Amino acid sequence: MSSYVIRGANILGETVSDIAIEDGVITAIGAGLEGDEVIDATGLVALPGLVDLHTHVREPGREDAETVLTGSKAAARGGFTCVHAMANTDPVADTAGVVEQVWRLGREGGYCDVQPVGAVTIGLGGERLAELGAMADSAAAVRVFSDDGKCVSDAVIMRRALEYVKAFDGVIAQHAQEPRLTEGAQMNEGPLSGELGLTGWPAVAEEAIIARDVLLAEHVGSRLHVCHLSTRGSVEIIRWAKGRGIDVTAEVTPHHLLLSDDLVRSYDPIYKVNPPLRSNDDVAAVREGLADGTIDIVATDHAPHPMEDKECEWSAAAFGMLGLETALSVVQQTMVDPGLLTWAEVAEKMSAKPAEIGRVSNQGRPLEVGEPANIVLVDPAATRVIDARDTASLSRNNPYAGLTLSGEVVATFLRGRPTVRDRALVEGVTV
Amino acid sequence: MTFTHLLSAGDLDRTDAIRILDTAEELLGLASRPIKKLPTLRGRTVVNLFFEDSTRTRISFEAAAKRLSADVINFSAKGSSVSKGESLKDTALTLQAMGADAVVIRHQHSGAPHRLANAKWTNGAVINAGDGTHEHPTQALLDAFTMRRHLGELEGKNITIVGDVLHSRVARSNALLLDTLGANVTLVAPPTLLPVGIEKWPVETSYDLDSSLEKADAVMMLRVQQERMNAAFFPSAREYSRRYGLDTPRLNRLPDHAIVMHPGPMNRGMEITADVADHVRSVIVEQVTNGVAVRMAVLYLLLGGAAGDSTTEEGTE
Amino acid sequence: MVASDDAPRADNSHAPARTVLDDKDISRALTRITHEILERNRDASDVVLLGIPTRGVHLARRIAKRMSEVEGRIITAGALDITMYRDDLRLKPARALEHTEIPDDIDGKIVVLVDDVLFSGRTIRAALDALNELGRPKAVQLAVLIDRGHRELPIRADFVGKNLPTSLVEKVKVALTESDERDAVDIQGGAA
Repeated sequence: MSSYVIRGANILGETVSDIAIEDGVITAIGAGLEGDEVIDATGLVALPGLVDLHTHVREPGREDAETVLTGSKAAARGGFTCVHAMANTDPVADTAGVVEQVWRLGREGGYCDVQPVGAVTIGLGGERLAELGAMADSAAAVRVFSDDGKCVSDAVIMRRALEYVKAFDGVIAQHAQEPRLTEGAQMNEGPLSGELGLTGWPAVAEEAIIARDVLLAEHVGSRLHVCHLSTRGSVEIIRWAKGRGIDVTAEVTPHHLLLSDDLVRSYDPIYKVNPPLRSNDDVAAVREGLADGTIDIVATDHAPHPMEDKECEWSAAAFGMLGLETALSVVQQTMVDPGLLTWAEVAEKMSAKPAEIGRVSNQGRPLEVGEPANIVLVDPAATRVIDARDTASLSRNNPYAGLTLSGEVVATFLRGRPTVRDRALVEGVTV
Repeated sequence: MTFTHLLSAGDLDRTDAIRILDTAEELLGLASRPIKKLPTLRGRTVVNLFFEDSTRTRISFEAAAKRLSADVINFSAKGSSVSKGESLKDTALTLQAMGADAVVIRHQHSGAPHRLANAKWTNGAVINAGDGTHEHPTQALLDAFTMRRHLGELEGKNITIVGDVLHSRVARSNALLLDTLGANVTLVAPPTLLPVGIEKWPVETSYDLDSSLEKADAVMMLRVQQERMNAAFFPSAREYSRRYGLDTPRLNRLPDHAIVMHPGPMNRGMEITADVADHVRSVIVEQVTNGVAVRMAVLYLLLGGAAGDSTTEEGTE
Repeated sequence: MVASDDAPRADNSHAPARTVLDDKDISRALTRITHEILERNRDASDVVLLGIPTRGVHLARRIAKRMSEVEGRIITAGALDITMYRDDLRLKPARALEHTEIPDDIDGKIVVLVDDVLFSGRTIRAALDALNELGRPKAVQLAVLIDRGHRELPIRADFVGKNLPTSLVEKVKVALTESDERDAVDIQGGAA
C-alpha cells in the first residue's frame, strides 16, 4: 500500500498541517511531510471519517433500490467511512445469519465499513425478542438494535430489550412513533395537514414514546438511543432526561435540520418521510438541540426508494429520502455556516459520538498519529446545485434536488485508501 | 382567468369566482331551451377520471361537457387497469396520448389532482372533482351559486356549515370560496371533527349548533359517516344527531329567508331529518341542477379559449 | 369592449382618430333604420329586435324606443349573446358571457338582429347559429349602424346606417352613451 501526504489541510478547522498516512495509519502530523503521493488540501478541512448510525441499504430484499455496495459508495461520496445498516430488510436482520451477510457484503465492497443493526423483535413484529445475543456474538458483533421503521411500542417488550442488551453493552435505538396515534398518518399534524386534508402525525406520538422510554431506561439503568427526533417537545424531553442523568443519546437527521412541512404543500412525495417534516419552529428547536449538545449526533436515515414508489399520489408513496451524499453539506449549511457548530464539533457529532454509541472501536477516532487513517477532506467554500442523477445510490429520491448546498467532499480515506478522490468516487476499490 | 387548472377553491380570486358564477347564471337558462346544447367545446376531449365511485358528480360533469359539445371519455378505476395496479402516472400518460384537453379527476387520495397537474404527466387542464379529505371546488362553486340565487350577493352573509369538517372536502372548499366571496362562515362540529389548526382558517368555529342558528342565512349540513363512530370521533349516532342534527325545531329557529343545503348523499335521520330534507326551504335538489351549469361554466372558462391565457383582452376586435 | 367584429388585426389604437359620425348623425341614422324596418315589415307586431352585446343591444333599445313612439305601443328589444357560437374562441382567452334575453318566443316571428359594425360577417354567422337553437323565426333581418365592408362570408345587411369604406389597417370604434362617454363613430389608423 502506498503512502500519502495530505498537504496543508485545515485539521478540524483549527490548525493547518500536513498529514502523513502509511499502511492505513496516520504516521505523522506536521509541516513539510513527504510520501509517495501528495494530495493538495489547501483550503480543505480535514475531519475524521464520518460514521452514520442510521442507514438503510435495502439488501437483502430490495436490491433494486439499494445494495450494500451502492449504499457504501454513496456513503464514501458523503465522507462516511462507516455506516450502520438498519434491520428492516427482507428478510429482516433478526438473526445472526442475516447480519453476518450484510457485514460481509460491506467488507467485500470495500467503500466503507458496514455495521449491521439487529432487529429488536422477530420480523419487526414488536412481540417477541429476536436473538439479540446471537447477533451480538456473530462476526458482525452487533451492538445497536432497532426495529426502525416500526416502534417498539409495547412497554414490556421495550423494557426487556433495554435490560437484555446490557449483557453485551448493546443499545436499543428506538423509532419513537406511537402506532395508534399515527394510524394512516401522512404528514406533521398542524394547520397545514388540516388544510391539505392529509391525516395528521402529531408531535405527541413521538414525544409520548420518548418520554416513556427515557423513564424506562432510567428505571432499568440501561442506555437508550432515540432515532431521528424531530420535534421541539422531543428535544425538551431529552434535555430533561439528560439533566436527570439518564443514559440517553439522540440523533437528528439532516432533513429535519433543513426542511419543513410547508414543502408538503406541493403534494410531491419526495418530501414524504418518517418521522414527517415538521414546522419551522421544530426545525429551529432541533438546530438548537444539536448546538447545545442535547442532541448527540446527526444520522442520515438514508432511505432509498425506487421512482415508482415516489412518482404517485402522496398517500400511496413510500416514506423516506436519500441522505448520505448530502448530509455533511446540510450540516455545514444549517449549523457550521451560521456559527452554531465548529468543525471540531461536527467531527464529534458525525464521527466520534456515533462510533461510541455504536461501540465501533476503530471508527470515529481522532486525527492523531497512530490512529486509523479514516479521513475526509471537505471543501467548505464549494457550492453545488444538487442533481438527483449525480449519485452512487440506485435511487433518486433526493429532496434537495435543485437546491444549492454549501460544501463538498473532496476526498475520503478508509484506513489509508482513498475511496473518493478529486471529488469523485474511486472505482475498483478492493480489500 | 387567472388559473389553468381548478385544483382548490383557493385557486380562485374574487374576480375569477364571480366570473364563474356569472357565467353559470347565463348557462342555467340553457336547461329550459328546446336544444340544450352549445357548440362551444366541439372537438375538445374531456376525460372523467374517477378513482372513486361518485355517480352523481360524474354524471354532472358528463352532462356539463356534453352540453358544451365536448367529447367525453369516462375512465373509471373499477374495471380499468388502475385496479390492476397501474400507476396514476401511467394512466395520465395514456390520457395524454389520447389527447385529453381536460381531465376531471376524482380520487380517494388528497392531492392526487395536484400531482396530476404539477408532475407534467398531462398537458390538459386538471379539474378536481373531489380528492380524499382535501377539496371539492366545483361543489363549493355550485353551493355558492345556489346561495347567491336565494340570498343575493354573498358579501356579509352568514353561512353555517355543520358536521364532519375534519374529513370533509366540501367544508374545506366552501370555507375558502365563501371567504373569497366575503361571506362569514361558521363551522359547527364536535371538537373531534374539527382539524388541528382550524384557528388559522378564515372562519369562526363553534361546538354548539343551537347558538349558530339565529343569524344564519344558510345552513349546510355535511354527511357524517357511521364508521367515524367506531373511531371514537363521537359516542353514538343518536348522540350525534341530537347535538348536531338539523331537525324541525332547529329549522324553525332559522330566519325566515334562510335556506338549508346538503352536498349529498344524505344520511336521513343522522345529520338531517327527512322532514327538513324535504322542507320547502331545503334547496338540496336545486343544488344538483345548478351543479351542471356551474361545471359548464368551469369547463367553458378553462377550455373555451386559447390554451394558457390569463386575461381578457378588451377592445382588440 | 368593442363588440363590433372579430378578425384579429393590427393594433392602431395609438394613431389619431377622426370622427365620421357624431351624435346627430347617429340619431338620424337610427331614425331612418327604424322607418325602414317598419316599412319593410308593415305589421310591426311580428318583429322581434335582438341586439348583439354590447353596443348592438344599446342600438336595438334605441330603435325599439323609436318604434314604440311611431307605433304608439311599447316595443322592447332583447339581447342575443353569441360568445359560445364564435368560430374564433380558441384564438383568444375564454371570454365572459354576455346576457341573453329573448323578450318573446321567436318561432314564426321576424327577428331583426342589430349590431354596431358589420365587418367580416362572422359575428352574424354566430348569431344565426345561436338563433337556430332558440327557435325557427319566419325571417331574420340585419340592421347595422356601420357597414365597413371586407366581408368574409356571404352575409349582407338589410338596414345600414352608414356605409363606411375602410382599409383593413383601420379600426372603427363606435361609442354610445350607454357604455361610453359620448355618441360617435371614429376611425383610427390608416391615412388620417
